[in-house]
Amino acid sequence: MTWDSTNVARLREKTRRRHRLGRVGLYLSAIGFSLFAVFPFSWAVISMFKRSNDLYSRDNNPFWFNEPPTLQHIQYLFRETNYLTFVRNTLIVGLVVTAVTLAFSLPTAYALARLRLKWGERMGIAIFLVYLIPPTLLFIPMTRVINFLGIQETLWSLILVYPTITIPISSWLLMGYFKSIPMDIEEQAMVDGYSRLGAITRVVMPLMFPGIVAVIVFAFTLSAHEFIYALSFNKASAVKTIATGVPTELIRGDVFFWQSLQSAVVLVAIPIALVFNAFLDRFIAGFTMGAVKG
Amino acid sequence: MALLEVRGLRKEFGDVVAVDGVDIKSEEGEFLVLLGPSGCGKTTLLRMIAGLEHPTEGQILLGGEDVTDLPPRARQIAMVFQSYALYPHMTVARNIAFPLKAQGVDGPERDEKVKWAAGLFGIEHLLHRRPRQLSGGERQRVALARAIVREPSVFLLDEPLSNLDAKLRAAARDDLMGFQRRIGITSVYVTHDQVEAMGMGDRIAVMRDGKIRQMGTPEEVYHHPADTFVAQFIGSPPMNLLDWGDYILGFRPEHFLPEGVQDGGDRVPFDFFVNRIEYLGSERYLYGFIPGHEETKVIAMLPATVTVPLEEQRQHRFSVASDQLRFFDKDGGQKIPPQTIQA
Ligand SMILES: Nc1ncnc2c1ncn2[C@@H]1O[C@H](COP(=O)(O)OP(=O)(O)OP(=O)(O)O)[C@@H](O)[C@H]1O
Ligand SMILES: [Mg+2]
Repeated sequence: MTWDSTNVARLREKTRRRHRLGRVGLYLSAIGFSLFAVFPFSWAVISMFKRSNDLYSRDNNPFWFNEPPTLQHIQYLFRETNYLTFVRNTLIVGLVVTAVTLAFSLPTAYALARLRLKWGERMGIAIFLVYLIPPTLLFIPMTRVINFLGIQETLWSLILVYPTITIPISSWLLMGYFKSIPMDIEEQAMVDGYSRLGAITRVVMPLMFPGIVAVIVFAFTLSAHEFIYALSFNKASAVKTIATGVPTELIRGDVFFWQSLQSAVVLVAIPIALVFNAFLDRFIAGFTMGAVKG
Repeated sequence: MALLEVRGLRKEFGDVVAVDGVDIKSEEGEFLVLLGPSGCGKTTLLRMIAGLEHPTEGQILLGGEDVTDLPPRARQIAMVFQSYALYPHMTVARNIAFPLKAQGVDGPERDEKVKWAAGLFGIEHLLHRRPRQLSGGERQRVALARAIVREPSVFLLDEPLSNLDAKLRAAARDDLMGFQRRIGITSVYVTHDQVEAMGMGDRIAVMRDGKIRQMGTPEEVYHHPADTFVAQFIGSPPMNLLDWGDYILGFRPEHFLPEGVQDGGDRVPFDFFVNRIEYLGSERYLYGFIPGHEETKVIAMLPATVTVPLEEQRQHRFSVASDQLRFFDKDGGQKIPPQTIQA
């Protein structure tokens, strides 16, 4: 083929068309995935405002309001159940567990990753093995410990038990993050005039940000959705979390308070989604920084 | 009084002896090069001077003060790592300002100093960038600027040029030397490149297996190697070494010349069987052996100005000026006084 101008023009046209098709395909699939992801959430949002007649009638369009929307089920949630208490309990347990997890797993992971400990490697593996024990097995001894300490029916039971799951896994996770930060950078900071602690807080921690966010997300969501321990240790309404309170108090026998259930879920999901969104940029930025020479 | 002194320094990692009894005295403003093959303990020695590694034995003195037990931050030493170790989450300006921040220098004074250091290395236009947006050569300059900004007493460099390509490397070497001469800062420079060492060092310390085998000016180390290791490690091609009965005989390839090229003086003649000739433009390399010592390869390097016709697979008459012959002990390879020699 020769490079005469008609050929080049044709090729250029072809490339342009292919490029345009590619963009169309990209947007179509992005829209498709968005709809897929949004669907359950939007259904929940619609249902929480639906009147019972509207919801239960088979002839009605399930995706839209056939009767005027109502706030009565949300009112029910706040007036007739301890929903706010559940939310408060979940927040307290989640925040304390997250703080405890970070306080223990950061130093543990640092020591395992950095200091030349004789048993470091093996301890790391041992910690990982804890992860392989199913929580249902640990359930019985845990119950005995909680009863022995006399902290059943308090939030302390959960604050004590959840870190036994989160600390080992978080340590393992953070160990990988610490190892990915070159030792050189830390030592350079020490030569540049900082103590080891100063070097860690000024140079290592900013680079650990994605790892720390991952641990916060993990520890908080685990505390928020854990069910078995929460159900068996705390049976009084005042010490339930959302995970146990909502299903136990809004499903009575075979009566489901669907709209209130949906409200309970949506009302906690929205603030969490907003918080994650705020962190998303920095979370991604953390992965794309070039540390040493390329 | 020496500015930097190291006495009987030793470092063991379990069974490995990385540094094995090193003594160094370096004067103010000196550019000292640590040269040695990979794994000989250069980095470990440097890290001990910086305070990043605690010696198993021995002392480190700065300006006469024992600093062996002081942490790195108390030593006023700057170090440039082989990887440059730039802080990826900071801009170039903040990278350079980082050591100043540790000293509590701030405000306009800090900006002033950052500008000065950046100016020294011609990187003022990069101050707002992040390390990942820099080329290898630019990163190296940033690392040097950061090291120099607080005017340290000693400057340690661990193979700072090893990641640059050949051309950039020559330019960076030039910059670095010019800068060191201007500032006159005492520097210890680690390399395993002997050309770099010869070109840059006021003095060279040749290391092997954790020990310093010889310390001296480039001329001393090149012309009067203390042992056979130094003789072979320095110079390219290395010194020819022949088993000569009771001792080892050595001479440099450029001193091994065809008979008649250089007259006068006291010359020792040798027969030389030439296997192969390599023509490299500015010089000719002749590979062969001396009859009676077939097991040892001998190399002659003739400058282009020597136009004597020579043929491959032929025996020729060569000679070495007798004051260019070197003698080494057979066991241990230590230098010994000149011997009388029958060729
Ligand atoms: N942290 C460590 N633990 C165990 N052995 C080590 C450690 N650091 C260095 N060594 C050993 O000490 C010896 C000297 O290492 P060093 O890094 O000082 O060599 P080097 O001269 O800098 O080599 P290179 O030119 O390859 O950088 C090597 O045998 C190395 O394996
Ligand atoms: Mg090294």
